[in-house]
Amino acid sequence: MPSPAALLTIAGREFRSRLLLGTGKFSSNATMAGALDASGCEIVTVALRRADLSGKGDPFANILDFIDPKKYLLLPNTSGAMNAEEAVRLARLAAAAGLPQWVKLEIHPDPRYLLPDPIETLKAAEILVREGFTVLPYINADPVLAKRLQDVGTATVMPLGSPIGSNRGLETRAQLAIIIEQATVPVVVDAGIGAPSQAAEALEMGADAVLVNTAIAIASDPARMARAFKTAVEAGREAFEIGLADRLDAASATSPLAAFLQTA
Amino acid sequence: MPLSDTIFSPRKSALLRRFSALLEPKDDRQLAALARESAATTRRHFGKTIRLFAPLYLSNECINNCAYCGFSRDNAILRVTLEIASVVAEARHLAAEGFRNILLVAGEHPKFVSNGYLADCVRALVAEIPSLALEVAPMETPDYAALVAAGAEGLIVYQETYDREVYAEMHTAGPKKDFDWRLACPERAYAGGFRRIGIGALFGLAEWRAEAVALAAHLEHLLRVCWRAQFTVSVPRLRPCAGEFAPRHPLEDRDFIQLICALRLCFPQVGIVLSTREPAALRDALLPLGITMMSAGSHTEPGGYTGQGRADLHRTVRGKALAPADSDAGAGATGQFEIADERSAAEIATLLHTRGFEAVWKDWDRAILAT
Repeated sequence: MPSPAALLTIAGREFRSRLLLGTGKFSSNATMAGALDASGCEIVTVALRRADLSGKGDPFANILDFIDPKKYLLLPNTSGAMNAEEAVRLARLAAAAGLPQWVKLEIHPDPRYLLPDPIETLKAAEILVREGFTVLPYINADPVLAKRLQDVGTATVMPLGSPIGSNRGLETRAQLAIIIEQATVPVVVDAGIGAPSQAAEALEMGADAVLVNTAIAIASDPARMARAFKTAVEAGREAFEIGLADRLDAASATSPLAAFLQTA
Repeated sequence: MPLSDTIFSPRKSALLRRFSALLEPKDDRQLAALARESAATTRRHFGKTIRLFAPLYLSNECINNCAYCGFSRDNAILRVTLEIASVVAEARHLAAEGFRNILLVAGEHPKFVSNGYLADCVRALVAEIPSLALEVAPMETPDYAALVAAGAEGLIVYQETYDREVYAEMHTAGPKKDFDWRLACPERAYAGGFRRIGIGALFGLAEWRAEAVALAAHLEHLLRVCWRAQFTVSVPRLRPCAGEFAPRHPLEDRDFIQLICALRLCFPQVGIVLSTREPAALRDALLPLGITMMSAGSHTEPGGYTGQGRADLHRTVRGKALAPADSDAGAGATGQFEIADERSAAEIATLLHTRGFEAVWKDWDRAILAT
């Protein structure tokens, strides 16, 4: 009987799935809903700027209608905010509109590479944590910034693997390793994960979870690709829990020679 | 150093050299390969989505003479500047069709289209329309700041042509004659607080490859100095209009497609806008290739959606207003140019769906801004 996989715990809440999904870039809301279902994810992030926050049920901005709040933790994100003030305002607005008091804090003023602004992110995190939000900040893979955010009281850190939408995988691997080594909160690798193998790699190296969007949304069959990521994340986590064998420079025979020599 | 020397330095960056190479003549196989790469890059950065917007013409009064534009001062056309209530009626019509992103367009006329008027229009719409952009005459930074304070977040200004000589020939009267004042406009808009800025050139005026390279150079410069702004680029081709100006250097469909792909590959994160100037068949073909934003069901005359402003029409001859003639009875204001794709917003949304694209109507919430 294999031992059950450890649960992911964020701010005291437990999740079986270590795959978080983004909701942009899908060819339709229905396709997105299908991918969410196939992925087995339990946390789904939505850009507030695309949703209707007025409470009027705008049929031309109805993305939230496709995400069952009983099935998924809806994680509003502040994409579009250019500074701390705007991000804080968006988070408050989402909470006032009845969305969970969780927020994926993303402040990327540079639309070219969508790289997060560390100064504004830290500022906004301080305010939002103080106001009782569960804050999941999107950051560059900067170990000191990750520490600073933990000290402020964020629920996770979400360092990027490579720029959003780039599908280039864990280009920041060395920095990610330091963040994972030092983290006291879950580390969710966010952005740049373009293939299931890259998601598996993040989990294998000890990331607690990954967030994937583009690679699933633009796949020719998003639901199947979501399943592929689900499997990869499970495999990566399992390998991490068991412990991967060390890498060796030379070949190492798997024959029972060593055992024989020991008993001889 | 003058801005134009900074932008159009003879020493081309690696990016601009690549862009120029992509514009060189290609055979069918090469063009198809370019299109495939462009489509894949677009999907990676923008997903399977197309953003929709609609232009709302506020006024066709103008003190400039631009050889190619239907609104030119010397064209004897029916003109009007919509009252605020009429602007709201037009916007509500567009909102009912689904539009949450509206582009307010006006000619240049200090008497009718003052900054106060534009800010009043923005303030009247801001509670109902999540995203408002303007395509109006260039201004000073404080005037832009006033429009941002009123609630606008996007500004569009096309250089029309980056060829100084052609520019001088085309713009024979009015403040628009000043090439450099216009060239610096996007940076003034950025300083004024606009966060979405659109630039473009009007293709058909000058040789297309040189025009495209200059446009790319301007874009590259702006991405460097206005690093927080989101840029879109537009490559409108001249359409038939009042004044009957014929394009001197027509941009053929094949070259047009190549240009869009080259822009996409060199500026992967920049939005590319395709308007209803282009015919339906071409717009359909271009859907997956690189564009990210489309207008739909557009009118280029003030009051065109709901018939607003007909009571206030007047005909001008060489800038002097005359009383409308009897033959004008029942007519609306004259449009800037003829629309080629006349399909409605709903038809375009359905088309997008069948082609595997999500029509994104709302991509901005003004609640983000402190107002």
